[in-house]
Amino acid sequence: MKIDSRETLNTMGKTWKEGFAKETARILVCAGTGCVANGSLQVYEALKAEVQRRNAYVSVEMLLEEGQSGTTIVKSGCHGFCEMGPLVRLEPGGILYIKVSKDDATDIVTALLEGKGPVERLLYKHPVTGEIYAEESNIPFYKHQTRTVLQHCGVIDPEDIREYIAEGGYQALAKVLHEMSPADVCQEVIDSGLRGRGGGGFPTGRKWEATRISEGEKKYVVCNGDEGDPGAFMDRSVMEGDPHKVLEGMAIAGYAVGADEGYIYVRAEYPLAVQRLETAIKQALEMGLLGENILGTGFNFRIKIKEGAGAFVCGEETALLASIEGERGMPRPKPPFPAQSGLWGKPTLINNVETFANVPKVINDGAKVFRKSGTAKSPGTKTFALTGQVANTGLIEVPMGITLRDIVYEIGGGLRNGKRFKAVQIGGPSGGCLTEQHMDMELDFDSLLSVGAMIGSGGLVVTNEDTCMVEFARYFMNFTQNESCGKCVPCREGTKRMLEMLQRAVDGEGRPEDVEILEDLAEAVKDGSLCGLGKTAPNPVLSMLKYFKDEYVAHVVDKRCPAGVCKALLGYSIDPESCKGCSKCSRVCPVGAITGEIKKPYRIDSEKCIKCGACVSSCPFKAIKEG
Amino acid sequence: MAEAKKVREDALAVPRRRFEKVNEIIARHGKSASALIPILQEVQEEYRYLPEEILTYVAMVMDLPPSTVYGVATFYVQFSLEPKGKYVIKICDGTACHVRGSDPVKEAIRKRVGLKNEKHTTDDLRFTVETVSCLGACGLAPVVMINDQIYGQMTPDAINVILDKILEEEGDVK
Repeated sequence: MKIDSRETLNTMGKTWKEGFAKETARILVCAGTGCVANGSLQVYEALKAEVQRRNAYVSVEMLLEEGQSGTTIVKSGCHGFCEMGPLVRLEPGGILYIKVSKDDATDIVTALLEGKGPVERLLYKHPVTGEIYAEESNIPFYKHQTRTVLQHCGVIDPEDIREYIAEGGYQALAKVLHEMSPADVCQEVIDSGLRGRGGGGFPTGRKWEATRISEGEKKYVVCNGDEGDPGAFMDRSVMEGDPHKVLEGMAIAGYAVGADEGYIYVRAEYPLAVQRLETAIKQALEMGLLGENILGTGFNFRIKIKEGAGAFVCGEETALLASIEGERGMPRPKPPFPAQSGLWGKPTLINNVETFANVPKVINDGAKVFRKSGTAKSPGTKTFALTGQVANTGLIEVPMGITLRDIVYEIGGGLRNGKRFKAVQIGGPSGGCLTEQHMDMELDFDSLLSVGAMIGSGGLVVTNEDTCMVEFARYFMNFTQNESCGKCVPCREGTKRMLEMLQRAVDGEGRPEDVEILEDLAEAVKDGSLCGLGKTAPNPVLSMLKYFKDEYVAHVVDKRCPAGVCKALLGYSIDPESCKGCSKCSRVCPVGAITGEIKKPYRIDSEKCIKCGACVSSCPFKAIKEG
Repeated sequence: MAEAKKVREDALAVPRRRFEKVNEIIARHGKSASALIPILQEVQEEYRYLPEEILTYVAMVMDLPPSTVYGVATFYVQFSLEPKGKYVIKICDGTACHVRGSDPVKEAIRKRVGLKNEKHTTDDLRFTVETVSCLGACGLAPVVMINDQIYGQMTPDAINVILDKILEEEGDVK
């Protein structure tokens, strides 16, 4: 089937939409990385066998080609609620079942085919209120989200281009090819105010325009799918759940800047995303939506996939280009910017996955409508990976300008196990922390920068009272230190020295004078590094020193870890109020550090104590405290 | 010139037979510099690591300085110049996994497969244990990947059950 004109695209879209409407029911089994790990493929097979056994099954082929009706079963992309997986969604009704196992297949299919209403035990139950939710969109985790980039994730089959087209896919590409000049397209993107979703927030339209006006016969479009931030998986979910949206965005960009070739650079750790993109590219080529003479307009555009080989720094655009060229992924000085001299010295447009996934919406709805959500300076929505010590973890999409309180408490459902909120680490190793005082701040690119954090690629890690912020800063510094490519001395050596100081602090060997040196060095690394990795590497440390200086001081001066995490700093003490003087602890202590008189409070000699913790578990009265 | 060419051809003649698979991989990707990373990826898949003589051979065939090939092979963490085990166990130490306790899981794995000190691969080449910065399955933290299979919400006990099963399949009675 070739779609060689806009008319055919419209006709086929309509035909397939009508075809899919013949489904009496649809069972969508999540086949994202998370759910597959939890066994969703077995669930898929079991459900399919059960529906077939009842003669209710219809394949998508029979549905679309022969007009038969029945129940279809498809594998969808990531819903974002990975922790509750495997997830199964039913249409019509948008019912969401959680933690489904293959043994639930009979009950699910029986209830569905016999119209008995949903299987209650598989529905989401609110951990606090106990309320049960049947529809996915009513679950608090989803209710407070605005899903536009993720609109198809979990709802369509990412491996079937016909579903994407039936949902209005490739219409934006048809629109630009038929109605707009490349300059118009760039202007529309500028007017929309779309900013780069990869972290920096550079205005996307300005990048496009700069590449468009760059002189050169050959130009490239590159999609940055090297999502290296630990704790972030937004791009993975988009590539896995709605790959055609990314391809369409890239093709539109290709037309706008005058490129006929595109590359998607995907992390090596995302094999499923690579596979879904390969399938999508193949289908788009077969239908003629990529390749030569697209939609009969004479526009040519091809896309190739480049798999990364594991280097965080390749998320930096010039390093990524070096890696595509087959070199060590080390950043290059800017200027010249990739828009002037990028891949193989040719003008190159490089944007992040989520940025491209926003483009079809900008074109279809127009800049004005796009600006309606989000804030004036950061329009649109942003996806975040909400993880850590929060009740509901997963992938979320919210309008820019939402408050942290809404994210943590409304969507995230508050903290786990009734613990107290401490901070949110935003933007991964390049970002910083937000604390109680930022709870009601509107989150966007600029407001975050003003408090020393950044959106980064969008990881949100919630920490509680049990998280040691010094250890946390050490963790990030260890990460950037490992990933520093070694090109710039301040980054290569500076991060090493900073890590040493943080390591000393958590090992109980911190020196009071380190505070000042750390701050000084942080500024030097920031100023003296070429690329974003080095420039932002000190952020987590600076942010920790700004908001949790007391914890750092406790480590280096008092030799104490207030959160009770750093082993070298742990100490034990006996609460004289609760101690009954039973002598159990002194008998288990391997070094004889605990002494006392029977029926009177015992005490621990901290000089002798080896911090083995044996006494804590032996005490029947919970009188021995850590920290 | 002609002599140099002959020396080069002689040098290539022997390895050509030995490195048949490598030749096939290079032939498929072509000899442009940008193909180097995909070629090394496939070579590693074939040999489970990048033997030094193969790196030199790839450099010679692709007409690249050996230093360039070595530079690329040592830059990316995916590449290993030492043989890897039959089971490559990757412990995710991304932020989400870290705050939910990936460290105790790592210690449990190293203990179970018998790895000490700085070693990553067991002497019998059965297990390689390494940490990765993020597998992108943060909702299931902490996550462990054994070859291509992902295991979520791991604890030291849970991972031991999985490892016991693997050891049992390996015919290891413990």
